[in-house]
Amino acid sequence: MIELPRRPRLRTRKGGHVDRDRSLTFRFDGRAYQGHPGDTLASALLAAGVRIVGRSFKYHRPRGIYTAGPEEPNALAGIGTGARATPNSKVTTVELHDGLVARSQNRWPSLALDLMCVNSALSRFLPAGFYYKTFMWPAAFWEKVYEPAIRRAAGLGRASALPDPDHYEACHAHCDVLVVGSGVAGLAAARAAGEAGARVILAEQDFLAGGGLLCEPGQEAWRQEALAALAALPNVTTTLRTTVFGYYEQNMLGALERVADHLPVPPAHQPRQRYWTIRAGEVVLATGADERLIAFPGNDRPGVMLAGAARTYARRFGVLAGSRAVLFANNDEAYGTLAALAEAGAERVTVVDPRPLGPAAAAARRQGFEVLAGHEVTGGHGGRGIYSVEARAIGSAGAFQIDADLLCVSGGYGPAIQLASQSRTAMRWDDRIAAFVPGDAPGQRSAGGARGCFGIAAAARDGLAAGQAAASAAGFAAKAAFALPEGDDPDATVAPFWEVRARGKSFVDLQHDVTTADIRLAHREGYRHIEHAKRYTTHAMATDQGKTGGLVGAAVLAEARGETVAVVGMPTYRPYVSPVTWGAVAGHHRGRAFAPIRRTMLHDWHARRGAEFMEAGLWLRPAFYARPGEAPWDAILREGRAVRQAVGICDVSTLGKIDVQGSDAATFLDRLYTNTFSTLPVGKARYGLMLREDGMVMDDGTTSRLAPDHFFVTTTTANAGRVMEHMEFHAQTVWPELDVQFASVTDQWASMSVAGPEARRTLAKVIAGLDISDAGLPFMGVADATLAGCPVRVFRISFSGELAFEVATPAGYALAVWEAILAAGAEFGIEPYGVEALGLLRIEKGHVAGAELNGQTTMRDVGLGKMAKKGDFVGKVLAGRPGLTDPARPRLVGVRAVDRERQIRPGAHLVEPGSDRSLGWITSVTRSVEPGGWIGLAMLSGDADRHGQRLVAAFPLMNEAVEVEISSPHFVDPENARVRS
Amino acid sequence: MHRIDCPWCGPRDEAEFAYRGDATVRRPAHDAGIDAFYDYVYTRANPRGWHTEWWHHAGGCRQFVKVVRHTMTHEIAGTGKAGDSLPVPAE
Ligand SMILES: [Zn+2]
Repeated sequence: MIELPRRPRLRTRKGGHVDRDRSLTFRFDGRAYQGHPGDTLASALLAAGVRIVGRSFKYHRPRGIYTAGPEEPNALAGIGTGARATPNSKVTTVELHDGLVARSQNRWPSLALDLMCVNSALSRFLPAGFYYKTFMWPAAFWEKVYEPAIRRAAGLGRASALPDPDHYEACHAHCDVLVVGSGVAGLAAARAAGEAGARVILAEQDFLAGGGLLCEPGQEAWRQEALAALAALPNVTTTLRTTVFGYYEQNMLGALERVADHLPVPPAHQPRQRYWTIRAGEVVLATGADERLIAFPGNDRPGVMLAGAARTYARRFGVLAGSRAVLFANNDEAYGTLAALAEAGAERVTVVDPRPLGPAAAAARRQGFEVLAGHEVTGGHGGRGIYSVEARAIGSAGAFQIDADLLCVSGGYGPAIQLASQSRTAMRWDDRIAAFVPGDAPGQRSAGGARGCFGIAAAARDGLAAGQAAASAAGFAAKAAFALPEGDDPDATVAPFWEVRARGKSFVDLQHDVTTADIRLAHREGYRHIEHAKRYTTHAMATDQGKTGGLVGAAVLAEARGETVAVVGMPTYRPYVSPVTWGAVAGHHRGRAFAPIRRTMLHDWHARRGAEFMEAGLWLRPAFYARPGEAPWDAILREGRAVRQAVGICDVSTLGKIDVQGSDAATFLDRLYTNTFSTLPVGKARYGLMLREDGMVMDDGTTSRLAPDHFFVTTTTANAGRVMEHMEFHAQTVWPELDVQFASVTDQWASMSVAGPEARRTLAKVIAGLDISDAGLPFMGVADATLAGCPVRVFRISFSGELAFEVATPAGYALAVWEAILAAGAEFGIEPYGVEALGLLRIEKGHVAGAELNGQTTMRDVGLGKMAKKGDFVGKVLAGRPGLTDPARPRLVGVRAVDRERQIRPGAHLVEPGSDRSLGWITSVTRSVEPGGWIGLAMLSGDADRHGQRLVAAFPLMNEAVEVEISSPHFVDPENARVRS
Repeated sequence: MHRIDCPWCGPRDEAEFAYRGDATVRRPAHDAGIDAFYDYVYTRANPRGWHTEWWHHAGGCRQFVKVVRHTMTHEIAGTGKAGDSLPVPAE
């Protein structure tokens, strides 16, 4: 337990936007605390006196709450437990709810005692670029030694490893005007555009609308009235808890709506979050301004906080962040914090202002605050909190101590330009506020603080004008204006003051532990460009995107370069402005809904028959049909034997089918395939091979001619979509003069292969209207018939090497036809067979499939070189490149284990005994029916010359070396007599 | 994310389209030689600026749409059918 000094009451008795009548209980690191509705976790922790909330990323320095919003660099915590544990949540944006459980991160074993704090002592060995330099060698050490050590020592929170119990929605929205941010400028813009009649979306990341107005009790009536006016406009949608995180081209923006993160569990039928894609005619960026830190030694200690944050905690949450405060600021706006702290009960606030005494300082003195003009803070003392602040007069060496428990810092305000930067809007340096200010772009304008218009009254006027202009650009004429907040805004002029030069670590990026020394080191090592220095130091690359210190780092680099910040510039911001959960990005696309599942018309029959299904692309196909107690290989071999010795039937409906018609259909296919289809007689099928234009084999299949101008093309299951796109590309863009039309008919036709010596006798029993004798329907013949009263088209083609018929029928008749064939084949011992037996049969026959046609093989490689015709076809010219015609290229062979029962594996390399030089590799393997034992297909250098040789199939990953015999790939019926029987 | 004005379907989300690269290359005559086909398949300019390219309306009408897009800003200057010749704006 940390002994905290006795503190006065930290929660004020009234004021702000918390409901003191109700209490919420929450836990932080196991201890129970109380807060109120309206609190963030940060305000509740501060009210409970908790000062240290985390340890830093690299040095494990203790850190406290630094801001009051999404710009928070320090105070990250894990929220929730079990499957709902969410790491790296900024406690400044976590809305308190009853029962909330939070854990600090990055500490080991505990927050108070962190053993890794040794990193801090070793920090001179952890400079910028440390990861790149130190852990380069030896490479093998990276995975086993360095990375685990670094991950333990330096890192952020841990994600839950359990399945996410919540669901997430992806939604689209369209509007005339999108207003991002509901501060005074955003409210005025949304109301102006809404009253003009435009469809308006007002997106606010906070759970209350109002932005800076929430700290202005004097403007509360105006805020309420503006919200009531917006609520009364049916064309305006105000959405809270919605962070616009990305600005993409053509005015598309991404937003994350946290629907239920402020509740223990999402309500029934509600998503946890919504991922919005918003298309806006006009965009008004009213994202406000971010306060900048000042770099000085110890500017990261617990008890150091941005001045605006201290004001927000006092005014909005009624929480006094410290009672003996020092305000270190170079701008008049920050002086507003004095009154806020005093009203909240601070004993004393001392101002340290590097500027000479000015009007704001003089006014503060008149109100009784001590003001040290021309001074700077050089450090703070107290390991777990600020107990004294060290200051000195600028130019003097003598520092003195100021007793304090809170150090408020303000280096001025810079427009929150992240979204404007993402959309590549030009930025202009504004000397008056020492910040980059976005210009306007087509369909986009920034308003209020987001473009350097600081102060409530000025921002309100600017927002009104922006809203009217946006509505007008969207085609809606402005109506009479409404009343705006009035009053004198503080002078926004800033004297740039980036850094106090004194001994010690001065941070420019608190989340990634980047110091001014790191930036200078990057510069010395040649990383002069802001984008290079950023990546070398990881400055502004953390989850806060450097909102508080990004410009300060750029200024330190500018000084090292001897140039101005305006010249050095800022890195381009990228999405996401704030982190977005993976669940929201994935939406419903996970688990079974990740991709659609395609089932054939016979799926239910397969399931009833006990099929083991496997995925083939999006399809589910039966792998095999095991009988009770039957091992998979026994089932596969039984199915294969049925085809070789009797008859089998296989559902091949997943093959791609394309119906091609037109007077130029034959010419079109001639140009796409290596072989000729214009000479194919009507009523005949032909095997075809298709190349990519680079000469590699793309796909194969059979094409049948149904009429002079009508073809039926089949593709492999895997390539159906690709072949269709290939055809469309060539028909539409390369040869638009051809008269050809085609459509995918894959789903319209079910097809089944009936294969085996008894295939003809089986089909003859049930087929009508067609003579299927060898004379009536010769090999490669195609004809229409009826079967069980259903129309069918019969193709005499074979993949297995046996006598075979492929029977196609309109999809709705699939089951009737399938069952009729099965019944007819019963007396011959017909078996349904799955994809595994199909593979077994084609490997025995030496037919190539996906494993051989993998996009890296030519037609010669797979033994089909003779299929190249004389004339032009896609891929012909580049297939003739010397590298692809090299006789030493590996080509298709068969392999068979010498010890017949030794398993061989696809991927094994073929080497000569005693050699480790790969001659090729095995592509497909199976246990076989006909030759017996393990066989396979392989790509082998020297191919036919090696038939009869013995080589070793080496699989070093499993320490296997199996002796194999090289042969022709045609293990079965090389003369091709069976298919013609 | 782009919104592409398909000449057949009207404005549609990029998610419905598949990119198919440079629309200015022409398939050479079959006897043009290996170098000509090599250029056709592999050689691309990779411009920083306006680019005329194919977008396949794969999740829509299945037509190849010609699009003039700026590779830096993603601005789309025009869309058309495969045979259209689209004006390319000056930089
Ligand atoms: Zn279309």
